[in-house]
Amino acid sequence: MAANKKDLKVVGKPFRKVDARSKCVGQTKFADDVILPRMLFAKLLRSHVPHALIKSIDVSGALKLPGVIAVITGKDVPIPYGILPVSQDEHALCIDKVRFIGDPVAAVAAIDEDTAFDALDLIKVEYEPLDTIANVDEAIRKVEPRIQEYGDGGNIHKKVHLEFGDIAAGFAEADLIREDIFFYEGNTHLPMEQHAAVAQFDADDKLTLWSSTQTPHYVHRAMAKVLEMPPSHVRIIATPNGGGFGGKSDPFNHEIVVAKLAQVTGRPVKIALTREEVFYCHRGRHPVLMKVKTGVKKDGSITAMDFQSFLDGGAYGSYGVASTFYTGALQTVTYEIPRYRFRGLRAFTNKPPCGPKRGHGTPQPRYALEIHIDKIAEELGLDPAEMRLKHLVPPHSLTANYLRIGSMGLGACIDKVVEASDWKNKFRKLPYGRGIGLACGSYLSGAGLPIYWNSMPHSGVQLRLDRQGGVCVMCGSTDIGQGSDSILAYIVAEVLGIDPFDIRVVTADTDLTPVDLGSYSSRVTLMTGNAALQAAERARELLTTAVAEKLKVPASNIAFADRRAFDVENPDNGVTFAQAVQLAEAKYGTIGTVGSYTPPASAAKFKGGGVGPSPAYSYSAGVAEVNVDPETGIVIVERIWMAHDVGKSINPVLVMGQVEGSVYMGLGEALMEEMTYRANRNVVHKFPSLLEYKSPTTLEMCDVKTFLIEDPDPNGPYGAKEVGQGPLLPIPPVIANAVYDAVGVRVDEVPITPDKVLAAIRAKERGKDGRYGPSSVPNIDWPEPLRVATPDEGGDGKEVPRELVHARE
Amino acid sequence: MQKAHIQFNVNGETAEVAFAPHKTLLEVLREDMGLTGTKHGCELGECGTCTVLVDGLPVLSCLMLGLDAEDREITTVEGMAEGGKLHPLQETFADLGAAQCGYCTPGFLLTAKELLKENPAPTRDEIREALAGNLCRCTGYIKIYEAVELAAARLRDEDVEVAAEVLYGCE
Repeated sequence: MAANKKDLKVVGKPFRKVDARSKCVGQTKFADDVILPRMLFAKLLRSHVPHALIKSIDVSGALKLPGVIAVITGKDVPIPYGILPVSQDEHALCIDKVRFIGDPVAAVAAIDEDTAFDALDLIKVEYEPLDTIANVDEAIRKVEPRIQEYGDGGNIHKKVHLEFGDIAAGFAEADLIREDIFFYEGNTHLPMEQHAAVAQFDADDKLTLWSSTQTPHYVHRAMAKVLEMPPSHVRIIATPNGGGFGGKSDPFNHEIVVAKLAQVTGRPVKIALTREEVFYCHRGRHPVLMKVKTGVKKDGSITAMDFQSFLDGGAYGSYGVASTFYTGALQTVTYEIPRYRFRGLRAFTNKPPCGPKRGHGTPQPRYALEIHIDKIAEELGLDPAEMRLKHLVPPHSLTANYLRIGSMGLGACIDKVVEASDWKNKFRKLPYGRGIGLACGSYLSGAGLPIYWNSMPHSGVQLRLDRQGGVCVMCGSTDIGQGSDSILAYIVAEVLGIDPFDIRVVTADTDLTPVDLGSYSSRVTLMTGNAALQAAERARELLTTAVAEKLKVPASNIAFADRRAFDVENPDNGVTFAQAVQLAEAKYGTIGTVGSYTPPASAAKFKGGGVGPSPAYSYSAGVAEVNVDPETGIVIVERIWMAHDVGKSINPVLVMGQVEGSVYMGLGEALMEEMTYRANRNVVHKFPSLLEYKSPTTLEMCDVKTFLIEDPDPNGPYGAKEVGQGPLLPIPPVIANAVYDAVGVRVDEVPITPDKVLAAIRAKERGKDGRYGPSSVPNIDWPEPLRVATPDEGGDGKEVPRELVHARE
Repeated sequence: MQKAHIQFNVNGETAEVAFAPHKTLLEVLREDMGLTGTKHGCELGECGTCTVLVDGLPVLSCLMLGLDAEDREITTVEGMAEGGKLHPLQETFADLGAAQCGYCTPGFLLTAKELLKENPAPTRDEIREALAGNLCRCTGYIKIYEAVELAAARLRDEDVEVAAEVLYGCE
């Protein structure tokens, strides 16, 4: 790309975000800040039982309460929806059955929030309780009652079995075969902003919804479907999200409910969820039980890996099928794994649905893998840093499961943190109670395939150039705090030689902006960045031709910088940027361009191969130094050194913010955060509040030393890859590995709470295994594997036809 | 329900407001005065998001009745800038990436403002301690500390350069 060769004026510089001022003066309008004339307020009546048939709902009492304008129930919004085409299993309000405590059954619109709240007490719901399914074991054991009427039988939502290459041959080559079992407890996003939405039918009877959503495009589709409206009559505006982390990526019942209530009442309707309700929206980290078996040579090279995962999905599908595949997809992108088998199961349980949280389905297996590698290194007597470095996946290669690796800076990341942390003088050398650990990770820069099958671009950008010199960038992307609005401005400013603050950014409005699929899978910088680059280069071309004619120099001589277009050989010979637009407008008419981005075709052609491919993979390595009190089991993380291969920083300050934020969130998952339920039949959330759901405050947050590694990827704009999620991945295992170095016990389960550390220390003192964690996984019937020959075996990315498989056997 | 009718001083202006007497200061500010810069994260006093200054001290506006604000001086994020000029904390939060989603930012800004008034040269640990009641899910707090430190230096009229490590990462 020509842009890469020039001196960059904006890209790579620590500019302020375009919306930073607004956020620091209180001007940013979040969803709950949208206030409209005649606006009503909605509240949801949520089930207080975990699993029951709805025998009757009587709303007459609520309707009589002065100030109540409307009450709706499931029969008013009967069409199901869901984020994935294969899981259209949600209703905005439950119709005949509730599936978890918090499932909504009725909604009230009233003149104020207090009245709506009071009205909820006047709705009478008669439930007929059903037996509950509280966890994966129960889901496997209890075929009836079924939580959902679809899936892979009983309360199993999904079972998958993929085999890449001749696994048995791989294990036969191994000098050492090791098996480990891990459990990763579920946890939740906990964005500081509770979800809120406002719906209004405009004068022309078209719907506008303002909502704190990361995925306005998918809300648009679900809304049109459920309300049976032409999509062209539905406008979704994603307000700036007060934190998302994946928790605002599904179309939600409350969004559809306010739209329906606005339709019924003819007035704008707002809903603002309470913190407790946000816990019931969930879609957070799946609790996952995992078993990993790996064969290695004496030098630590892997000959084969066999990975099993069991996901506790909660009551609905959500992104769960994708989550299931993600627990098996990215094991192969860090260290070479020539043959690989993955088996995954997702169960339905009577709990709020799990879904995508930062790292979507990959922090759990990464936790397992990085501790497993640490144990293997110890068994082989190798330094875990050196062992990893020796067997890295090569750049520009294809993995056994057909993921196409581009730039790969993990080696540089490991080198950096090993050096900075003085690893070689500390590992296994610190006094008892102090320890150091290392772990790595990798993540997608955007999912290679869309959620619903189509061959259109994943990201579109439209540019409008104004004869006054202004530029407007329009894109469907949603700023959830990561700075995606700013990335658009930086890239367009770079190409057109103007200041990013000259640009107006209009985003996340399905009426005004071209589709971008949403702020998920760390796709935004790469995909909208490429789309913006294309649109800006097309605009520059128009301006260049017009300016070259005016200046009477070859078009190849025209450069753009400092709000001017000029002849590079005689920089004084030029025009202002506004004049350049005027010349182009006189020549071509109104100046507007578009750009779009579609990821490269995936090499994985087998069923299930849609999850894992990405235009580029980011890499991270972390070292943690911890202090463990053997008397209490309390773990204090003192410092984390984190190196992240971001390809190229479009803005290093924003990249650092994502690294530090990921380290923080990983630390919370590692040490304290857990979304857990009372173990009795009630399946009630233990602590749906910010006080009792423990997350790190300033006092628990560790010191972080951030290193940005730039190994530009040919698929990224200016070489940029993702940073929003990847740096979280090494954190839980790095702390577990450091705890082992400190006190010699393995905690194979997150969160690593003091009671677990202490139990392992005491077990070790009694001469038992110094370990805390699960000891077995369910023994189930897996489906026949879908077999794919690896690239090394001459495979073509397609599954081996079943007859051929049998013939070979 | 009979509305309470009180007078208080918000951001240097005298305001008269009528509201249901059970409303919290948070609700009165947001719903009755249109000052939506003050955010809410729990409405139970757990997260610090709704922090405002009452007579100069940080207060969780979700735990204070609007009635108790009578005749007191309230400062919200909208009142931090003076004469169109942003408070140094607002500038440094914007410049150093201390505001990611920006939702917790008003609470942090006001808590930090009070800290710097009491302690113009706080150590990292003193900043940590002062901000321990405010939760942020985006930043990991580090950019917030750096912004507070830079604003503190500027308020002391020190001519400080931002360390390269803060803007570009460690070497």
